[in-house]
Amino acid sequence: MSENRKLIKIATAGSVDDGKSTLIGRLLYDTKSLTTDKIEAIERSSKQRGYDYLDFSLATDGLVAEREQGITIDVAHIYFNTDKTNFIVADTPGHVEYTRNMVTGASTSQVAIILIDARKGVIEQTYRHFFISNLLRISHVVVAINKMDLVNYDEEVYLKIKADFDALVAKSDFTEDQITFIPVSALKGENIARQSEEMPWYVGNTLLDHLEVLEPADLQEHSVARFPVQYVIRPKTEAWHDFRGFSGMLYGGNLKVGDEVTLLPSMNTSTIKSIHYFDQEIQEAAPGSSIAITLDTEVDLSRGDMLVKSSSVPRSEKQLTATICQVNSKPLRVGGKYILQHGVNRVLAKVDQIESRIHTDFTGTETADQLKLNDIGRVHFRLSKPIHFDTYKENKANGSFILIEEGEYDTVSVGFIE
Amino acid sequence: MNNLLIPNPKEAESIHIIREVAAQFERPVLLFSGGKDSITLVRLAQKAFYPARIPFPLLHVDTGHNFPETIEFRDRLVEELGLELIVRNVQDSIDQGKVREERGRYSSRNSLQTTTLLDAIEEFKFDACIGGARRDEEKARAKERVFSVRDDFGQWDEKNQRPELFDMLNGKIHNGQNVRCFPISNWTELDVWEYIKTENIEIPSIYFAHEREVFLRDGMIWTANEHVFREAHEEVLVKMVRFRTVGDMTCTAAVFSEAVSLDDVVGEIRDSSISERGARIDDKRSEAAMEKRKKVGYF
Ligand SMILES: Nc1nc2c(ncn2[C@@H]2O[C@H](COP(=O)(O)OP(=O)(O)OP(=O)(O)O)[C@@H](O)[C@H]2O)c(=O)[nH]1
Ligand SMILES: [Mg+2]
Repeated sequence: MSENRKLIKIATAGSVDDGKSTLIGRLLYDTKSLTTDKIEAIERSSKQRGYDYLDFSLATDGLVAEREQGITIDVAHIYFNTDKTNFIVADTPGHVEYTRNMVTGASTSQVAIILIDARKGVIEQTYRHFFISNLLRISHVVVAINKMDLVNYDEEVYLKIKADFDALVAKSDFTEDQITFIPVSALKGENIARQSEEMPWYVGNTLLDHLEVLEPADLQEHSVARFPVQYVIRPKTEAWHDFRGFSGMLYGGNLKVGDEVTLLPSMNTSTIKSIHYFDQEIQEAAPGSSIAITLDTEVDLSRGDMLVKSSSVPRSEKQLTATICQVNSKPLRVGGKYILQHGVNRVLAKVDQIESRIHTDFTGTETADQLKLNDIGRVHFRLSKPIHFDTYKENKANGSFILIEEGEYDTVSVGFIE
Repeated sequence: MNNLLIPNPKEAESIHIIREVAAQFERPVLLFSGGKDSITLVRLAQKAFYPARIPFPLLHVDTGHNFPETIEFRDRLVEELGLELIVRNVQDSIDQGKVREERGRYSSRNSLQTTTLLDAIEEFKFDACIGGARRDEEKARAKERVFSVRDDFGQWDEKNQRPELFDMLNGKIHNGQNVRCFPISNWTELDVWEYIKTENIEIPSIYFAHEREVFLRDGMIWTANEHVFREAHEEVLVKMVRFRTVGDMTCTAAVFSEAVSLDDVVGEIRDSSISERGARIDDKRSEAAMEKRKKVGYF
């Protein structure tokens, strides 16, 4: 599959009605990813509603409630490909109430497309979604200034919005080359897959061309190797009598046979004897590989433990500070007890202190005694056992966690370790 | 020995998910239909646990109206890989009076499967059912989580789903609940076919073009045999067809095709003039089929 096609994961963002679903529908249409029956359905219902054009948002808003209200409620994952690239797009909701779904969609993405309605310019949701993109350290942000057809394709409008947005970029951790501005009309397909003749003043790439040339870093590609043990493979068959393979996904860096490794939490050391990918023995594995590893010595290592190169060991602590985004309507309170899931490892966690709630418009913080749905704040935790982590900045996979509450076992928060 | 492994990201993700299922649940089961998606799941599960055996059984809910080729294939696969297979029959649920056979033109046992499945879940106390559903199949599926928590009645609460952040999966549940797990959520139909090709995975013969007795109705190509209700005027034709999905005969339509090898099949699906999701081949033909139907005075 797709061996020679790269995989790019994208999330859309922006306020209600900025045209996110329409943009995705347009990308699908222009890359010929929509089936005839779907196009016909869109034509029929667009006609019914008395539009002069096709309403492409109907291609992605799959829940009945969404189609009734004309808004997106939950993340939809959409797939399409060009000759060179496989795309996965998370179409996220713009409505403030569903900000958590934007966080969810963006967490698995490398690229965010933030839409701005050219008539409205930079508004509160733009701040918020850009803030979240910054928090999540998305590799590339595309600012699509949409509905240019409604402002006569005026370059001045575009420049004004770009300048406003640049002021935000200056307050963020992003560098200029991580941000790209494209004036588009999702509805008419201007600068989506086709260079717009209406906007000759824009000389950059179309959105699709731009997305295709990106080389974004994935969750797995980061700094140094981290191998959380997911499942211990013990065949207990005649042929594999003594085999004890530690299986899991490799993050952050390569591991190879002969590497000297440290095992956490025991801090014992050993050497990698073999690396298995199905029935093949391999010499070295790149980040993102799901593999099984055997070691030179008999060691105590089980699910939730971690194997790392001895040359770069992560922090192991029972206390940590993290930026939290609350993704459930049950608020996070001081003294609250949760199951903290860090990768595949679970420990108990207690909220020691909520230091602040963070304003998502880059204007600072305020004190808070709880974090409500969609709130972002800085929180101190105490854990029942140490976890082996990096900061989110250093290693996304090893620097993030979720909190599970003990009643319904809902996932209530996501944390980014500092 | 291979030097450096550069992972196929979708495969690696699926293996990760399958290992999570084995680790987080006590009694998982793989729902096996004999179709290409569940065959792909079996290969991924092999890869997840090799050199150990797959640590959970397969469950096939047999409607009794499956293609015989699929059943033969199923039994051979299970035998070759040394898997444990559980079969539960819709016929038994009918005989026990739990469900009633549908009648008439569109009668199918497809929807009756749910009862048999839920009974099997209860009988074996399965807490996780691994399925081969993909998000690209359908709009509502596009909203489905990888770990989808169901209540005692197996129901999906689409507006109240657990958010899934990064690749962390929360499978914690209470007694009586169970989770549907979808390791190939992020695969497209083309991904599956390309994978079957690269991995050289065997699949049932009905996926390749073959001559079959069929009849046309509503722009679809139906298998003509004793399990499928057919009106007297619906004429039986012999055509070269293949199946894009394989399930119960009463709800699985064929497509006209000349594709006799995996290369042909992948080519057919990849070809931009043919849609990825199965509509276009049918559609193209269905214009003719529709016309024909109208001619015979569709009711
Ligand atoms: N004129 C014009 N209208 C547009 C354009 N893009 C989107 N629209 C219209 O804006 C409305 C909202 O579009 P959607 O795509 O549903 O917006 P959204 O951002 O997905 O909204 P939520 O998902 O609810 O946040 C629809 O009526 C679209 O037809 C554009 O480029 N030009
Ligand atoms: Mg939308």
